[in-house]
Amino acid sequence: MSTSGPLPVYDSSRRGFKPWLELREALRYRNAIAHLVRRDIVSRYKRSFLGILWTMLHPLGMMLVMALVFSNIMRAGPDFAAYLLSGLIAWTFFSQATQAVVSGYRWGVRLLHNIYIPHSVFAISAIGTGLVNLALSIVPLLLVMIVTGVPIRWTALYLPIPMLLLACFSLGVGLLLATVGIYFPDVSDMYQIILVAWMYLTPIIYPEALLPENLRLIITGANPMYYLIKLFRLPTFDGRLPTWQEFLPALLIAVITLLVGWWGFSRKESEFAYRT
Amino acid sequence: MRTEPDAQILPAGELTTSDRIRLQDVTVRYRLPRERIHSLKEYAIRLVQRRLEYIDFQALSGINLQVRAGEVLGVIGANGAGKSTLLKVVARVLPPGSGRVWTCGRVAPLLGISAAFHPELTGRENVFLNGALLGFSRQQMQERFDAIVEFSGLHNFIDAPIRTYSTGMVGRLGFAIATDVKPDILLIDEVLSVGDSEFSGKAEQRIADFCSAGIAVVVVSHALDRIRAMCTRAIWIDHGRIAAEGGADEVAKMYLESRAA
Repeated sequence: MSTSGPLPVYDSSRRGFKPWLELREALRYRNAIAHLVRRDIVSRYKRSFLGILWTMLHPLGMMLVMALVFSNIMRAGPDFAAYLLSGLIAWTFFSQATQAVVSGYRWGVRLLHNIYIPHSVFAISAIGTGLVNLALSIVPLLLVMIVTGVPIRWTALYLPIPMLLLACFSLGVGLLLATVGIYFPDVSDMYQIILVAWMYLTPIIYPEALLPENLRLIITGANPMYYLIKLFRLPTFDGRLPTWQEFLPALLIAVITLLVGWWGFSRKESEFAYRT
Repeated sequence: MRTEPDAQILPAGELTTSDRIRLQDVTVRYRLPRERIHSLKEYAIRLVQRRLEYIDFQALSGINLQVRAGEVLGVIGANGAGKSTLLKVVARVLPPGSGRVWTCGRVAPLLGISAAFHPELTGRENVFLNGALLGFSRQQMQERFDAIVEFSGLHNFIDAPIRTYSTGMVGRLGFAIATDVKPDILLIDEVLSVGDSEFSGKAEQRIADFCSAGIAVVVVSHALDRIRAMCTRAIWIDHGRIAAEGGADEVAKMYLESRAA
């Protein structure tokens, strides 16, 4: 069963718009992306008793701890748990997926030194794994909403759109981190610190209204995750669709970040071969 | 895509249908910092102090090479001469700094084939994962699965996690996946010593079949006897340049004489 039709040709001097070529190659390797996602999910739960349930228990546990601690401090109402969890699972997706992109290349570089694979495959599969986990963690969110009496409305069906935008934004950020990581392996350490600060600067644990007026503009206005988390929270916790003023900034942020990340990565990805 | 400037570098008339690998004036340069800098912090400090120095290491310079279908090319040379770099350039893993690399056909690189295995997944799952990373579709892998397991001789272990395999078993599975479909270009780094003697006999036989089936093969090895026996042609690489080119016996002899001197 040798190849029929024209043989595939590789020509190192072929000119072209690199981001476009990378996209075409990534699409050609979609089967590899699917298998990497499968590998990440299957291998994570293979040797554990509760298996895939952990994906749902983890955000639930986090939420429980935080709700217990903060509801007393902030004297929050009974719907605080659902508010917290709706923001927390969106944030957890972002922070885990972007870190998974960086660590994915630390593993993948061994392969990239030996066989040809379009380099973006590892980033896309890391985001794909994160999306599966995010979808699973919507189950505990709905449970908490039922238990605490927050009504679940049909607007929850709108969730795939904020999820997609979150994924685009995370892929863009992940690719930029991976690009810097080619030169400096310690970006992931620095990024972890940034993530902690970033999380507390985003209204996830505390309600937006709690911010003092002068800070609110800086924290919400200049923080891309504010718009994206809000877009995720509106159809679930608030039970309404976003207005255009709420939707457009999130869309622009996601698309622009992805384009910049993709462009930067595909320009520098050949450097992977020269580094260890 | 713009194709005009390329056509000037390599006139289309020069390429024949039997050409599989063409290297034109290929140069690969590694830029190594004089002292290794591992962190962003260190880099920033050095940058301010203007203490960033680099050594340019020329791994390959001005390599011209042509391998046709049906040829088995041996590559010999001392450690660090650039042999593995040459294979990586052909495998599309390392983009050349300058010059042009052109290959026609599916490349099967027998280098680090088991790097993609995941210890927690079963042999079966790993076969599909590995095949996907080599660019095969799910359907192609389903068709080939039985033949791969058959060749590797791992029937009884295929549903056990790879972490329970011995090194030899992992190597056998990797070899079986990488060579199941006859490639157009086969790249072999160093002598294959996969599995026990029975399996390595099978592996050698498969490679010999490929060689006689009219594909292009590049073998890097220190075992000159093997190069002499396998190859129709050989090159000797020294400090990133082709020092000699010709019949395998002739080149091997020149290489040995230079070492003795």
